[in-house]
Amino acid sequence: MNFTTPPYLSQNISVQRVMLRVLVALLPGIAVYVWLIGPAILVQIGLATLVCLLAEAAMLKVLKKPLALFLGDGSAIVTAWLIALSFPPLGPWWLIVVGCLFAIVIAKHLYGGLGQNPFNPAMVAFAICIVSFPALMSQWPPVGLKTGFADQLALIFGHGPLLDAMSSATPLDAMKTALKLGEGQATVAAVLSDASTFGRVAGRGWEWVSAAYLVGGLWLWQRKVIGWQLPMSFIAGIVLVSGGLWLWNPGQFASPLFHLFSGASMLGAFFIVTDPVSGCTTPRGKLIFGLAAGVIAYLIRVFGGYPDGVAFAVLLLNLCVPLIDLYTQPPIFGMKDGK
Amino acid sequence: MQLFKFKGGVKPDPQKTPSLQTPIGLAPVPALLVVPLHQSIGGVPNPLVKAGDRVLKGQRIGEADKWISAAVHAPTSGTVIAVEERVAAHPSGLPTLSVVIAADGDDEWMERRPVDYAALTSEQVREYLRDAGVVGLGGAVFPSHAKLSAAKSVPMEDLVINGGECEPFMTCDDLLMRERAEDIVHGAGIFRDLLGPQRVLIGIEDNKPQAVAAMREAVEACGENFSVIAVPTRYPAGGAKQLIRVLTGKEVPAAKRSPEMGVQCFNVATAYTAWRAIAHGEPVLSRIVTLTGNVEEPRNWEVLLGTQLKDFVALGKPKADTNAYLMGGPMMGFEMPSLDAPIVKASNCIIAGSQALFPPLPPEMPCIRCGACAEVCPHELQPFEMYWFSRARNFGKTQEYNIFDCIECGCCSYVCPSRIPLVQYFRFAKSEIWSREREKSMSEAAKARYELRNEREAREAAEKAERLAKAAAAKAAEKKPEAAPSDAPAADADAAKKALIAAAIERARVQRESVAATDSDGAKP
Repeated sequence: MNFTTPPYLSQNISVQRVMLRVLVALLPGIAVYVWLIGPAILVQIGLATLVCLLAEAAMLKVLKKPLALFLGDGSAIVTAWLIALSFPPLGPWWLIVVGCLFAIVIAKHLYGGLGQNPFNPAMVAFAICIVSFPALMSQWPPVGLKTGFADQLALIFGHGPLLDAMSSATPLDAMKTALKLGEGQATVAAVLSDASTFGRVAGRGWEWVSAAYLVGGLWLWQRKVIGWQLPMSFIAGIVLVSGGLWLWNPGQFASPLFHLFSGASMLGAFFIVTDPVSGCTTPRGKLIFGLAAGVIAYLIRVFGGYPDGVAFAVLLLNLCVPLIDLYTQPPIFGMKDGK
Repeated sequence: MQLFKFKGGVKPDPQKTPSLQTPIGLAPVPALLVVPLHQSIGGVPNPLVKAGDRVLKGQRIGEADKWISAAVHAPTSGTVIAVEERVAAHPSGLPTLSVVIAADGDDEWMERRPVDYAALTSEQVREYLRDAGVVGLGGAVFPSHAKLSAAKSVPMEDLVINGGECEPFMTCDDLLMRERAEDIVHGAGIFRDLLGPQRVLIGIEDNKPQAVAAMREAVEACGENFSVIAVPTRYPAGGAKQLIRVLTGKEVPAAKRSPEMGVQCFNVATAYTAWRAIAHGEPVLSRIVTLTGNVEEPRNWEVLLGTQLKDFVALGKPKADTNAYLMGGPMMGFEMPSLDAPIVKASNCIIAGSQALFPPLPPEMPCIRCGACAEVCPHELQPFEMYWFSRARNFGKTQEYNIFDCIECGCCSYVCPSRIPLVQYFRFAKSEIWSREREKSMSEAAKARYELRNEREAREAAEKAERLAKAAAAKAAEKKPEAAPSDAPAADADAAKKALIAAAIERARVQRESVAATDSDGAKP
């Protein structure tokens, strides 16, 4: 008889299944993305997946870790998809390759691999690229512009002429720039009336992509892959600041609804701040993490120089995780009320 | 009655039905019994018999050593073949001192002397229970008599009788309650009389409606006012601390004994054996054991303690692909080290395992800090943090994260998506901490011994010097009359003084040396 250890039963769950569910939850968002923005995103997702898996395999080889076990866990694919979804869909191919390599090689494996990375790898990729290639990272295709798939491919792989008309600012950026250029004359309402860029509550088309992320995120929550604390507190953080400023001056500050359905808010709330490895683990810590990330993301996107602030907010909070966790340890059984 | 909730817990497939189809069977007396002397928490009982002795059924063969210990008895009549080390019912498979008895087949009882416990002082009742070998039969085997004193400063409010039985597969308590409910209620009555609680609460998981009904009926038949309460089925609701929480709302931390919070808890089978011991004069010789899993005939058996596993499992006809036998439930039990290991007081359940029933775990992955373990931990710990620190051998940190509050229920491992054997890490950390503390206290004792010795030597040297000085002075005084009588007093006084000074110097030197020796040596003698 071999020496074995209790418990002898286990729930039918694995890291692979967790990751698979995250991928499934991203599918509605991707479907809407393809429908409204164009199939180019599928190319970017494929490219990112390929690069991440290759980088993962190479690093596992170098670090002498079991290849099949870790390559199959799905975590690299989740990172790849999140990178692809947060990068501009018509960016050149090498942009996403750089992002993926940074995420997997530096942010993940040089810190110890799965479970050891203090920073969210996808957000590291985004931050590195937006700092290094701000122009490329800020050019997003307007929804109104229908380009053929061939043209999109040509853009990604650098054969086609880069048409200015094909890439514009994100709706968030458009709003910020318009308000700034207007010097107090332009109002949010006036900016939003530009139907070529804006839809019902936020960016035209993009608002539906956000809504689809929300649907996928709610499914994740319903399947208990994620808890309610992080998404809700992140959304609360955005709503609190944006709502306060909007109530104070609705002419110069967009509504909370606009901010929730713009940029990476929904992707961030359900797929980014919920990363367990680099996030807080205690119930109160999760609330602090989400709330602070929401507030900082808003401040950066509205007052800062970058089109969106989710990545920087999450990375900043990743730094604070050990401290937050330390000070928010829940009381244990029998040791409540300070006894 | 208002019930409380405990946090965490899991719901594994109960798998209890197969062993519930037939009533408790009486296992035949095997030809050979191996009765380990150490069958409870605490001191190892001293053997009272030697090879060649004839023993009668119920005869005491091991006498309780110290207060926390319990006697063991011959399960049947026969001849003692040996008192020697035999493989124990313990995962380590280490041998333990056991009395090996060849049964004579007569199963001849010693004279049984039931007692009227109302006529005894409570101290006498406790001693009686200790000598009858009554220990916690839920699996922890803590000597029951040692739990039967209320705290001096805290009134005893609740006596909890535990019929939870939350481990999957296990049904021994369920059937005991169905078939022998009145004896359990009488036993609970003894505990009640010794502890004097305000209420007696019998908690049973609500997946055992027949046991609940039988117990209610028995309580009524006995004219007691005990409450029989069905509690929600959720592992580990049958853990003593969880059941206390559910029934009373009290949370007993690891650092406290439950009487300090006005509550005490006993397993139903323990109450049963206490009553058999007192009312029938039968010490604990057997117990109900569930035999289930990969066997043709799953069933509960009343088995003599000391029955070897091979004899016992044959009763259930294990299937051909059986590859292991677990003792206890699948959540907290362990794999029996050998088919020769005996059934003991802690053996509530034997599960025949197979590849299909308990498939080996897929390879361990790194922790992804998902926190699933923290969510199911009934003691609200942060298992993944304790895991990191156990792995890093940072044992101080594991204690800061309250590793000693862990009851090793296994919920964390059960839900871990990375299939990390968390409980093993915690056991490892705990045993490391214990052994370090043992080493520390040993080295402290050695240091104290060494210092005492130094002190004694210094004292003896000083005394010797003083004696010498006195002798020298006496000698000088003797010389005085013969030598120059005129200046003798002065010279004499001088010599005495010198001797005294020499003695003082010697004393100081010895003292200095001993101090220096202690300092330079530090802790290691």
